[in-house]
Amino acid sequence: MSRLQVVSGKGGTGKTTVAAALALALATEGKRTLLVEVEGRQGIAQLFETQALPYEERKIAVAPGGGEVFALAIDPELALLDYLQMFYKLGGAGRALKKLGAIDFATTIAPGLRDVLLTGKACEAVRRKDKHGRFAYDYVVMDAPPTGRITRFLNVNDEVAGLAKIGPIHNQAQAVMRVLKSSETAVHLVTLLEEMPVQETADGIAELRGARLPVGRIIVNMVRPTVLDQADLELAGTAPRTALAKSLSGAGLGGARRGGLAERLVDPLLQQAEEYAERYALEREQRAQLTELGLPLHELPLLAEGMDLAGLYHLAKELRQQGIS
Amino acid sequence: MTPDQAPARRLQTARTQATRTRTARTHTSRAQDTGQEHAGSVRAGEAAEAPAAGPERAARAAASAHDLAAARSLEPARVLDIDPLLDDPDTRIVVCCGSGGVGKTTTAAALGLRAAERGRKVVVLTIDPARRLAQSMGIDALDNTPRRVKGVDDTAGGELHAMMLDMKRTFDEIVEAHADRERAAAILGNPFYQSLSAGFAGTQEYMAMEKLGQLRAREEWDLIVVDTPPSRSALDFLDAPKRLGSFLDGKLIRVLLAPAKVGGRAGMKFLNVGMSMMTGALGKLLGGQLLQDVQTFVAAMDTMFGGFRTRADATYKLLQAPGTAFLVVAAPERDALREAAYFVERLAAERMPLAGLVLNRVHGSGAAQLSAERALAAAENLEDSRIVDQRDGKDSSRNSPETHGSSDSTGHPEGPAAASDEGSPAGGEDGGGQTGARAATMDQLSAGLLRLHAERMRLLSREQRTRDRFLALHPEVAVAEVAALPGDVHDLTGLREIGDRLAADAEPS
Repeated sequence: MSRLQVVSGKGGTGKTTVAAALALALATEGKRTLLVEVEGRQGIAQLFETQALPYEERKIAVAPGGGEVFALAIDPELALLDYLQMFYKLGGAGRALKKLGAIDFATTIAPGLRDVLLTGKACEAVRRKDKHGRFAYDYVVMDAPPTGRITRFLNVNDEVAGLAKIGPIHNQAQAVMRVLKSSETAVHLVTLLEEMPVQETADGIAELRGARLPVGRIIVNMVRPTVLDQADLELAGTAPRTALAKSLSGAGLGGARRGGLAERLVDPLLQQAEEYAERYALEREQRAQLTELGLPLHELPLLAEGMDLAGLYHLAKELRQQGIS
Repeated sequence: MTPDQAPARRLQTARTQATRTRTARTHTSRAQDTGQEHAGSVRAGEAAEAPAAGPERAARAAASAHDLAAARSLEPARVLDIDPLLDDPDTRIVVCCGSGGVGKTTTAAALGLRAAERGRKVVVLTIDPARRLAQSMGIDALDNTPRRVKGVDDTAGGELHAMMLDMKRTFDEIVEAHADRERAAAILGNPFYQSLSAGFAGTQEYMAMEKLGQLRAREEWDLIVVDTPPSRSALDFLDAPKRLGSFLDGKLIRVLLAPAKVGGRAGMKFLNVGMSMMTGALGKLLGGQLLQDVQTFVAAMDTMFGGFRTRADATYKLLQAPGTAFLVVAAPERDALREAAYFVERLAAERMPLAGLVLNRVHGSGAAQLSAERALAAAENLEDSRIVDQRDGKDSSRNSPETHGSSDSTGHPEGPAAASDEGSPAGGEDGGGQTGARAATMDQLSAGLLRLHAERMRLLSREQRTRDRFLALHPEVAVAEVAALPGDVHDLTGLREIGDRLAADAEPS
């Protein structure tokens, strides 16, 4: 099991939720996980219903069996100052650089520096050991940038190593790359059973593989329950409306005669079935495409009441049951 | 896969009905809590709520969202009327912004198509369209020039052009346009430049704004519809011009240029020492060679900096101008609407003209009068009675009372065994056992349909809660809701359908 679990996915697929659920799942039975946010959106804090996370590792949840989930929102600017302090004792100069706008430059505009700092911080957490020589965290889960940017994000160290051909940044970039390209790392992609996210997942996997980054699992999120199966749908296409009206009437939903309440329900209900059938076919097609990608495939249910903390634990349990940890 | 037009139209009808019953629904669910159901009182209730304003509104905003959702029937949202906005010759730019995955690109394309078919000459600037959508518009070739889209109805005299932003190409063009050939070649070949232009944080946002400025300056189109990049955060595309501008003519640049520019001047000596220390630190950090690349790049770009800044400022002002309309795009989901709220607040802070919110993928139901609870109860009735039905499917003939909307919401006194086979036209089927079996199958299907309906109604009320919560905090925002399509959109027919749905909300109901 890789110790750095990177979770990406198209925008809107719920990758933050899945990353959080994964961190919870991996923390079960006394493990410690660190959930890392890199995009400054404070999605983790919202999900765990806590205050905005500072640039500091703090415990945000307890997993079943005594495990702990820590969270960290990496702020690139602070990470850079941190980094300068740690490696170069550049505290004062760091502040001066900040005044000049160099930090701003380095973290927002300079090619990849920002990304290097983010991945670098995550890799540092992966490798960190306590004074007894044990790993500080059993797993680090990263809520990473979306699929369209993930390869570039993770691979940026390679690029930076090429740009800065010598010097500490070069060395740092190479060290990070060694972790990211090893079996220590697994990149998971979150998708929905919809055309665009599935297409992006396929593209993303090809790109990750092209960059020799380790692809992990595909996690299909927000899977809707099967309410009507194929037989039901076929029947819905051919069923006599009067018989349906009678059946509905029998269930206490009003009169089956023309204009009766049960009779008036038939059309809209069949309409909904038709929409369902269309979506059902689409979803089946998308699922088949995902299967063809040849990666472990997991499905998480759509939570009828929307996403909340209880739902998060539910998804974590689901992931455990599906053998993800 | 072309979305089937016929069901789409039917859905449209269902959708319109749903819109009409929306207010009724909110009220109904509330009424059920108190055990009463008076459909007739909806209007009155609405009217009583309507004048709420001022302090009351503020108090509401302060209340927790949960309370809001539970204890209030909302005053109707201001409706965003799309067509007048698109038709208005003074509307020159429409910017679609919102978080990823909410259908921003599709909305931009649909708006462009609708405006074109209503007679305007439109160009749509998309950032990262889905492949099939791009293909259907003929812009899958990334050449950074607007292409006329075929298949657009031009009877009203409009045209639709579309282009996909090529970030690197846009950047290259700026360099080529503002530097002499030799210098341009030096910049384009610089490794630092290549990395910067190929798409790191901020560049895409900046280039989108740059391209918008260019398109606007050409005065070739009546209307420019812009899709914004899937930003890390809402701030990025608004910040990009300022940020890049301030970087490019900021202090740092002067530091980087220091050796070349201020070296040797006596008066600058002290400053110069500081600066060499700084470049020393940078060199230590970045590695000497990268710093040199950066310095070369900066030196070569020097003459262009003023231009960047000026254009960034101009684009920013253009966005604030009255001819611009921002549309925040969202889906009725918590995260998307939270981002939308953020956009709304940010646009207000920047004095950017917000036209309204486009709420995509809103679900409706033609049978909204049947609540999820009742549908589920009825489904259970049917499933429980299946065995009974198989035994005697016939002749428990009676009419179920018409309970909907009446004061009776206590359930169904006739019980599960009331399989109705009374003298309706279908009554004269073949005899005994087979009828029983058929009725049972039919009951199974009905139960499935009812469960499906219950799921739809739950989704609907969840969407409604999320939307109401947003509107409670931002009552000033006009909203256009777009009914969900069952499938994806990737052709003009689908875009047209979306456009119809966008505009449909404004129809009086």
